[in-house]
Amino acid sequence: MSLRRIAIGAAAAALLGGTALTTVPAAAQETIYVPLLTYRTGPFAGSGIPIADGMHDYLRMLNERDGGIGGVKLAIEECETGYDTKKGVECYEATKGKNPVMYNPYSTGITLQLIPKAAVDKVPLLSMAYGLSASADGTVFPWIFNPPATYWDGASVFIRYVAEKEGGFNKLKGKKIGLLHLDAPYGKEPIPLLENLARQYEFELKLYPVPAQDMQNQGSVWLNVRRDRPDWIYLQGWGAMNPTAVKEAVKAGFPIGKLVGVWWAGGDDDARAGGPEAKGYKSLDFHAAGADFPVIKDIQKHVVDKGLSKYPKDKIGDNLYNRGVYNSMLIAEAIRNAQKVTGKKVVTGEEVRRGLETLNITEARLKELGMEGFAAPVRVSCEDHNGHHKVYVAEWDGTKWTKSTDWIEPMKDKVRPLIEAAAKDYAAKNTGWPKRTETCDRPS
Amino acid sequence: MFYREAGQFKTTYAADMAVFPILQDKIGIAVIVAAAVLLPFLGAAGIVSPQTQNFLLQVVAIPFLIFSLASIGLNLLTGYTGLLSLGTAGFMGVGAYACYKLTTYFPGVNIIVWVLASGFFAAGIGVVFGLPSLRIKGFYLAVATLAAQFFLQWCFIRIPWLYNENASGAIEVPQRTLLGVPVTGPTATAETRYFVVLAIVAGLTWIASNLVHGRIGRSWMAVRDMDIAAELMGIKLFDTKLLAFAVSSFYCGVAGALLVFLWYGGAEPEVFSINQSFLILFMVIIGGLGSLVGSYFGAALIYILPIVLRLLPESLGIPIGGATIEHLTFMIVGALIIFFLIVEPHGLARLWQIGKQKLRTWPFPY
Amino acid sequence: MELLYNIFVGPFAEMARAPDLLVQTLWEGLVSGVLYALIALGFVLIFKASGVFNFAQGIMVVFAGLTLVGLYEAGVPAFLALLITIGVMFALAVCIERAVLRPLVNQPDIILFMATFGLTYFLIGFGELVFGGNPKVMIADELYLPKGAVDLPMFGGLVSLQKIDIAAAVIASAMVAGLAVFFQKTRIGRALRAVADSHKAALSVGISLNQIWVIVWFTAGIVALATGIMWGARSDVSFALQIIALKALPVLILGGFTSVPGAIVGGLIIGIGEKLGEFYFAPAILGSALGRGVESWLAYFIALAFLLFRPQGLFGEKIIERI
Repeated sequence: MSLRRIAIGAAAAALLGGTALTTVPAAAQETIYVPLLTYRTGPFAGSGIPIADGMHDYLRMLNERDGGIGGVKLAIEECETGYDTKKGVECYEATKGKNPVMYNPYSTGITLQLIPKAAVDKVPLLSMAYGLSASADGTVFPWIFNPPATYWDGASVFIRYVAEKEGGFNKLKGKKIGLLHLDAPYGKEPIPLLENLARQYEFELKLYPVPAQDMQNQGSVWLNVRRDRPDWIYLQGWGAMNPTAVKEAVKAGFPIGKLVGVWWAGGDDDARAGGPEAKGYKSLDFHAAGADFPVIKDIQKHVVDKGLSKYPKDKIGDNLYNRGVYNSMLIAEAIRNAQKVTGKKVVTGEEVRRGLETLNITEARLKELGMEGFAAPVRVSCEDHNGHHKVYVAEWDGTKWTKSTDWIEPMKDKVRPLIEAAAKDYAAKNTGWPKRTETCDRPS
Repeated sequence: MFYREAGQFKTTYAADMAVFPILQDKIGIAVIVAAAVLLPFLGAAGIVSPQTQNFLLQVVAIPFLIFSLASIGLNLLTGYTGLLSLGTAGFMGVGAYACYKLTTYFPGVNIIVWVLASGFFAAGIGVVFGLPSLRIKGFYLAVATLAAQFFLQWCFIRIPWLYNENASGAIEVPQRTLLGVPVTGPTATAETRYFVVLAIVAGLTWIASNLVHGRIGRSWMAVRDMDIAAELMGIKLFDTKLLAFAVSSFYCGVAGALLVFLWYGGAEPEVFSINQSFLILFMVIIGGLGSLVGSYFGAALIYILPIVLRLLPESLGIPIGGATIEHLTFMIVGALIIFFLIVEPHGLARLWQIGKQKLRTWPFPY
Repeated sequence: MELLYNIFVGPFAEMARAPDLLVQTLWEGLVSGVLYALIALGFVLIFKASGVFNFAQGIMVVFAGLTLVGLYEAGVPAFLALLITIGVMFALAVCIERAVLRPLVNQPDIILFMATFGLTYFLIGFGELVFGGNPKVMIADELYLPKGAVDLPMFGGLVSLQKIDIAAAVIASAMVAGLAVFFQKTRIGRALRAVADSHKAALSVGISLNQIWVIVWFTAGIVALATGIMWGARSDVSFALQIIALKALPVLILGGFTSVPGAIVGGLIIGIGEKLGEFYFAPAILGSALGRGVESWLAYFIALAFLLFRPQGLFGEKIIERI
């Protein structure tokens, strides 16, 4: 009986606890609050952990080394989403009262939820090379930014790369190009562009969808590959799907050098799973891997050596870790830019949006940041919230990612009309989508 | 002492069969309804900060009500009729997508009408997938409903017509107004959406309560307790089981439409994944099979408890990383599920009853 | 007419056109069938002995795999790690029996089913807390699992059989044979069967239910470990692997919850049916755009079709209902 009583008490307490919510403490005024929606749990944790640590460590390094940005410390807070839209929205609601300057949702699903909210809550959304491709159109989506490249840019770079390897665009005719993708909105994203290009260059596009619950069970997909014998495969996968795809490619006897992943398929663990045979696996990338950059050295000195990082020491410089660093660099530069544009020290979300719109990270600036050779210059404008920047093809040499090509320009002329059409379509279907009223700052 | 029916005499059969036969219960439900209606005014009254108010509505109250509705739907099927289903999220998805298509084709019609109408589409699909229940029973049926879950989710991903050929592959909720006030879309305030959800959920709960207390509910329960016996007593299994599937799917469909239109504001097919089905099933079983109030308790425990657990360390000032909290939350929720099942396998609703019984005799032990 | 052609002629013409691909398809189906059967086997063992529909089997697979790799990464030699993992699975079985099964004895099936959900949640949190959420590479080489492929020239083409898949098939068969002997010949096996027949009768002849449950869960744990190693070697060990356990459900209903041979046959039917359907029939019927990636639900429909004729599964005990 007593056990029952305890349980009644516990149930009552749980219900009470549900209603008596704790108030969210407001962030102190002299800091800039940067919430990071990250995921270190769930089925995609393998990709989420290095990114989360990279993002956190760079911002932490700025706090430790420079005392924040422009003399203002950053209040960094991680909120765990588990790649679950529900929890992501919860994180957003829980943190939006603390004066956040920007959100990085790190999930296409969460991004889609937050896009309409961003304009209402006056906080910009930085979905770095993921999310809604159409949001690259700044005239329709003034609050959403997705530099440095969209999935459509990625797919176009892939085709350009294939053309280069095959010896020209005219050689694409009659080739079979496969798209191995996660059967979800994220995975299907490149299809319209690839279909367009297939019509133009007369190659045959083969689709190989992998259902989300069969990510690690791709037998039938690779049977189809075996039958079709595509010349190239573009991999738009995520999480556990990537290592499995690399392994299956090795098993199916598909020439691994002709399997090219989107940048999210470029994790070190993704390639490592394939063993020595995975040597030659390729992936698109917009920043370098490895620890031989001053910026990474600084992170090691100011964060890792002080025991402030959660990431294993020997893995610092992994591709996805560096992606987190790159993402945080964009955050930090946007804040710094906002400070410059407004002349204020403590900036708000609205001001950081202006900072993002005038973002112009030049080669010289990269050098100052200790990122020379780490990334290509990034420039965002009011109309173009993406920039469609160059990416390169990285190659797995058996132990690490190496740069195998020079920076390749995406087919902006093919991508941009698609983006504008998609943005218009989005605004038309969402009746009541606000017209852009935000003024455009002169780039400084 | 206070919770006692002494002196309250039933003079009619109807009074005796009332859902809330005791005066104190009627007062109690009135207080709960009043509290629910007054909840959005806490912020205006200055009791909580506007942010907390918004959080309370947007993250706690609205989804809680929607999940309660979905668990009522599943409870009608699993708790009252004894048909185990793991396809709840699929049926919720049918509701959401039906509502999306309807409002695309007929943008002039009020969105509330379409939210309710979308339930009928879910009901139709529910009946189709309910057909095997006439032959298959128990866990075998549960796995059969998984077919519905996976097939429907596949449809949401693969049939572009369902999401209006959007490039993003997701459905996005357009702005719709009710009497000039936006109820869906980003500009709709949390308060407006809360009231709409509250009204729909309360109304449907009332209907469900009448259903289960009437002839239909009794035939469902007869089927649950032993379907062959029920058949011998003249209950048509075919009609009864399929009706249970239809009504249950209707509720789930409306819940799904509410979920997307009044809470998320847009949805990927992933929202209606198998995990969502499991979550609703947790709510039903933890809350109590065959109890409407239990559905609310279950939704509260399964949905709100993790939120509280996540907020707890921060408010107590314990520095734990987000990931660790998440791991601990999983462990605690898992342990609590087992704990509650051991303490009271009939769910929180049963605990509630025991509590009421105790109150009745208090301060005497018997 | 065209539809009929697409169902009854097209796919078979396709099969005849490239017999080597057909063999390859059948082989892939066979292998995945064996692997599904391995997961289903864990379910069946527990359902037979304790009437629990053990949803946690999937997470037990992940947990066993993670423990093995985690120990190895911590510096424990591979085979010692294997032994310790078996020990951990035993400890897990004891804990489950103590904390979950014993207090819930005699409760309705759905409550026990629910309890295994709770167990799943707990193990997910616990596993991630201890081992982290990173996917881990299975230590296949260290366990002397073969790798590479055997290429057989056949029908003018090449059929390549992965050695790891052959090993999986061999290990699965050995396991089933071992279990069959264990069930038929040993004292404990007989006790297990007695418990499966009737709890009360078993108790009355002096069989300890608690002991039997520990043994059964431990056996399921070992099956989970074998499954974890095999699936882990095919892709890698991560929490996403847990979802694959759902694939065992259609296998189970097809074979019947209580039959070990049913799990095997069911696994093979689902595995091969799924591959043939995905590869030949779905593209022919649904068209090449829609007809790919149907694997996610095809297995359930195959199982459902069988169930409509035999509601208790192929090998399940006939349900006799009395008032």
